[in-house]
Amino acid sequence: MSAAKKEFILAAEGVNKSFDGFKAINDLNFYMDEGELRTVIGPNGAGKTTFLDLITGRTKPDVGTIRFGAEGTDLIRKSEYEIYRLGIGRKFQTPTVYTDHTVFENLLLSLEGKRGVFATLFSRVSPAQRDRIREILKTIGLSAKEDAKAGSLAHGQKQWLEIGMLLAQNARLLLVDEPAAGMTDEETAKTGELLLSLAGKHSIIVIEHDMVFVRQIATKVTVLHQGHVLCEGNVDQVQNDERVIEVYLGRSKKH
Amino acid sequence: MQKKISSWEILAVLLCSVVALVVIPCLNAFVPETSALHISNFSINLWGRYFCYAVVAISVDLLWGYTGLLSLGQCLYFALGGYMMGMYLMRMIGSLGQYHMPIPDFLVFLGWTRLPVFWKPFASFPFALMMVVLLPGALAYVFGFLAFRSRIRGVYFSILTQALTYAACLLFFRNNILMGGNNGFTDFKYMLGYDTRSASTQRGLYIISGVFLLLVYIFCKWLTGTKLGKVQRAIRDSENRVLFSGYAAGNFKLFIFVVASVIAGLAGALYVPQVGIINPGEMSTQNSLEAIVWVAVGGRGTLVGPIIGAIFVNAFKSWATEAYPDYWPIFLGGMFLLVVLFLPGGIVGLVGHIVNLFKRRGQPPVSSSDTYAPTASKPPTAPAVTGAPLPPK
Repeated sequence: MSAAKKEFILAAEGVNKSFDGFKAINDLNFYMDEGELRTVIGPNGAGKTTFLDLITGRTKPDVGTIRFGAEGTDLIRKSEYEIYRLGIGRKFQTPTVYTDHTVFENLLLSLEGKRGVFATLFSRVSPAQRDRIREILKTIGLSAKEDAKAGSLAHGQKQWLEIGMLLAQNARLLLVDEPAAGMTDEETAKTGELLLSLAGKHSIIVIEHDMVFVRQIATKVTVLHQGHVLCEGNVDQVQNDERVIEVYLGRSKKH
Repeated sequence: MQKKISSWEILAVLLCSVVALVVIPCLNAFVPETSALHISNFSINLWGRYFCYAVVAISVDLLWGYTGLLSLGQCLYFALGGYMMGMYLMRMIGSLGQYHMPIPDFLVFLGWTRLPVFWKPFASFPFALMMVVLLPGALAYVFGFLAFRSRIRGVYFSILTQALTYAACLLFFRNNILMGGNNGFTDFKYMLGYDTRSASTQRGLYIISGVFLLLVYIFCKWLTGTKLGKVQRAIRDSENRVLFSGYAAGNFKLFIFVVASVIAGLAGALYVPQVGIINPGEMSTQNSLEAIVWVAVGGRGTLVGPIIGAIFVNAFKSWATEAYPDYWPIFLGGMFLLVVLFLPGGIVGLVGHIVNLFKRRGQPPVSSSDTYAPTASKPPTAPAVTGAPLPPK
């Protein structure tokens, strides 16, 4: 058990979580390699977002372990900001950026560095930080919007900004919750390219519904159903899997 | 970046400071009372109090407007600061009280012949001043630590601050804590050897209050401009994102809460020698709510707004409580409703709107999401929105 863990960036084993008797996560086992781009799909209520909540410390599992990195750090005992500091970044389903701050400031606040109360009180923006932010702006295609308020951005741009914020923190593991939701086809394609370009340097978990988008980015797909991993494989394998078709299309026949 | 302090703002602050701190005191001290330019002692005293209110308003705004923490208990810290200063002032009465005893009258009345131990060090002004800072600061620290650790947010936080204030109010009404009961402290005579009833002392206190207000303004201007200030506003707009960006939001809130409470405590300490009385009434629900109205009316999320709001509402109150004493609560509530419904940016926001309207004439439209500093706007990148309201609490 512990010997296998070494290679994974994320290893969740025997995780259970119920809310008022409803089993949101049911004996979940999930392993992911360093640098992998993994897509997690599943019908509504399959426990996808709850899974991210568990990784990021927003909720705690009833039983099970979630370990991170080669060190095998136990995430369950950590709070949100401690987990963040380990190098796990999360993009929420609805774009969550600081609307009253400029794009530049949004990235500045996300940039890795000291995060104590008094450290921020006397911190200055260094030229190195400025360059880093400009670089990220280029990556996410928002260079022209540097001084615009984040609240004034279009929906897709906010999503990119939030991904940029994860890059700024130099996260080892990016958790990206439905990045294509509410995007135009063109924006969706650009988002896919962005994520593909980041894979390898970062490990990425993408939760998604849009199968076109999944096809664009996915190397390996995990299907969640009722809080449990139903199957794993490449897009074609998954789409042709009997159980997946049954879960998605709701065939009446029960096995 | 955008947050540069504009030159007109420096000019305005300078102008106001000179008028308030030099011209007005001179008109009070050197112009004969018969002259039309004379400023009465009454006005000086009144404005000295307004300055203290303005400081409280800034402290409320630091929490509410900048951090999204609606504290209904700032008057508690104000009153505690006031009580600490009051204890010093009581000691300075010496044997000049009604009973001609070396201890405060109310203690004689309660049957004490010697000074209770905790009253003893208050004969020292530095000690009293230290307590003015320490007591509100420590209480805010303990309360804030517990509240923020338990992640108490939103309306629950407001209710708790209000409850604590009410509890303290009830406590101070009790005679057996030896803090003057419902009469509180009054009949002050001397402060650092100066007669607190004399016009010159009151003028001095007025100037100190004005300088203190200016210092608090400058301090908050600096504070909100730092990265900590950015985190502060980020907490207001999206606390979850702040947590998931690795900031311990609770620690930041605690820091701001303590700073705001210490500021309010110092304001209370300056206020008490000017009104000559401190009693548990200062902790009443209405006082807490009034401070919220000052900020809302002036303009939340700006530093000028609370000052304007505190002075405007109190000037209005001075008039209304004289002309229509029974209707003041209705005026107060009406004002609040009016602002909430029609002027989310308060007076400052309204001025921003008007400035923008004038700027638009004959010019390409200017994006104006910044209500306070409309000078720094860039050419529009998105369709211009007129006066976007402040983000929700």
